[in-house]
Amino acid sequence: MGDLQLTLKVWRQRSSSDKGKFETYDVSGLNSHMSFLEMMDVLNEQLVGKDIEPIAFDHDCREGICGMCSMVINGRAHGPLKGTTTCQLHMRHFKNEDTITIEPWRAKAFPVVKDLVVDRSSFDRIIQSGGYVSVNTGSAPDGNAIPIPKEVAEEAFDAAACIGCGACVATCKNASASLFVSAKVSQLALLPQGQPERKERVNKMVSKMDEEGFGHCTNTGACQAECPKEISIEYIRKMNLDYNLSNLKG
Amino acid sequence: MNNYLTSTIFRKVLASLSGLFLVTFLVGHLVGNLQLFIPGVQGQTQFNKYALFMTTNPVVQALSIITYSAILLHIFITLFLVIQSRRARPVGYAVSNGNDSSGWSSRNMAILGTVLLFFLVIHLKSFWYKMHFGEMPYQYLSDGTKIKDLYQVTTSAFQNPFYTFFYVFCMGALSLHLKHGVESAIQTVGLRIPSYEKLFKYAAIAVAFSIPAIFASIPVYLYFTNI
Ligand code: HEM
Ligand code: SF4
Ligand code: FES
Repeated sequence: MGDLQLTLKVWRQRSSSDKGKFETYDVSGLNSHMSFLEMMDVLNEQLVGKDIEPIAFDHDCREGICGMCSMVINGRAHGPLKGTTTCQLHMRHFKNEDTITIEPWRAKAFPVVKDLVVDRSSFDRIIQSGGYVSVNTGSAPDGNAIPIPKEVAEEAFDAAACIGCGACVATCKNASASLFVSAKVSQLALLPQGQPERKERVNKMVSKMDEEGFGHCTNTGACQAECPKEISIEYIRKMNLDYNLSNLKG
Repeated sequence: MNNYLTSTIFRKVLASLSGLFLVTFLVGHLVGNLQLFIPGVQGQTQFNKYALFMTTNPVVQALSIITYSAILLHIFITLFLVIQSRRARPVGYAVSNGNDSSGWSSRNMAILGTVLLFFLVIHLKSFWYKMHFGEMPYQYLSDGTKIKDLYQVTTSAFQNPFYTFFYVFCMGALSLHLKHGVESAIQTVGLRIPSYEKLFKYAAIAVAFSIPAIFASIPVYLYFTNI
């Protein structure tokens, strides 16, 4: 483990209307077992000690399931590790005396609220536009009441692994939300329960995605490479096909 | 609810279909150009007759209108998409590490496309404009008729090393444009199903490498045989 000392260049922005700028801080007293967020906690403690306002950043579960911990670390959403959220990233992946640049997600649809905190409610509005099944299903149904082939169930489940973190948008050079939207469309489109509203759902969610000001998909594949849940761009293909067919068939 | 025609996905489909159509156009154009490899008067005569056919045949003319429309559609729709995407990220990153997650050509389609547009303008001016409206040399055939000598225009254009280099350079840009473009278009129209992913990947690389390479081999051949 040993002592770790870092120089951090962090984006500071007082409010959404502030212009914002980078500030450089030295942090000491770290060790390689800390997670990246714990490192941020140590930094904040040291900042408070110096009468500097602590850095605002989003976090909640700290176990890789809530999707809150949005940070672009040295140009990579959630840092350099594949399939990992910021909270699950450990300081052993950094070297002593490294300089680390930390920025918020950058997208028109994700405006900065403060420092590293962005407003991701555009994702919520996309879900509200159609990412659900309208019928009231009551309590949990019997597990095997509707038989679903294992491969289909697995594929739907893989789509459902999306935690709505927005790393796909943050990474995409076009700030496209295609990976997120396609995962949320597919998790329902693949299952029998999702069929009655399938066409309406994909139309509404894609429209909402465009309306919120996300860019278009150019199939660079960067989203899939950076997604902490390793969601596949195969879902984007499925979504495009669903969307095109449902509109062309009228 | 239905804004299909203005959706990013539909616009992307138009970019793909126009792009794929242009690939088929390139194949046709390439086959015609291969006649430039035929040496001597025989090659000259065959190429010039072919050029005459291509500028007068009504079916070819209809096809060429479709091709020009496809190019314009491709340019306008991609321009539109690129502007929209720039707007989607008004503030950029201080540090970005693109190569860790995506290929260079996939991120630079607009730059590559701009090189191609520049190439197209010069290319059309050198050959198409000259053939239709410019001053052309003539070849006198054995039956006494005379015919516009595009063969001579072409071979003499490629005696200029800079022009030849420019052509080869632009074919490099075309290759990179197609390396991402073909695979991307297949994904956009929904054909890139997982079990064929590898196949499409290699097919796209084969297309992206071979078409520009064969195109480029012609001016290189003409340059070195006429030094
Ligand atoms: C013979 C010439 C050309 C061919 C064969 C061609 C082919 C293609 C193909 C197949 C794609 C992929 C479409 C997709 O991903 O859905 C593409 C994309 C693109 N092309 Fe071209 N193209 C040509 C010329 C141009 C020109 C002249 C421009 C611009 C001035 C251009 C700009 C673009 C851009 C910006 C994209 C990316 C679109 C996107 O993914 O958003 N291309 N091209
Ligand atoms: S698709 Fe991946 S990167 Fe995008 S929001 Fe879902 S979990 Fe995050
Ligand atoms: S804090 Fe919940 S995923 Fe990182």
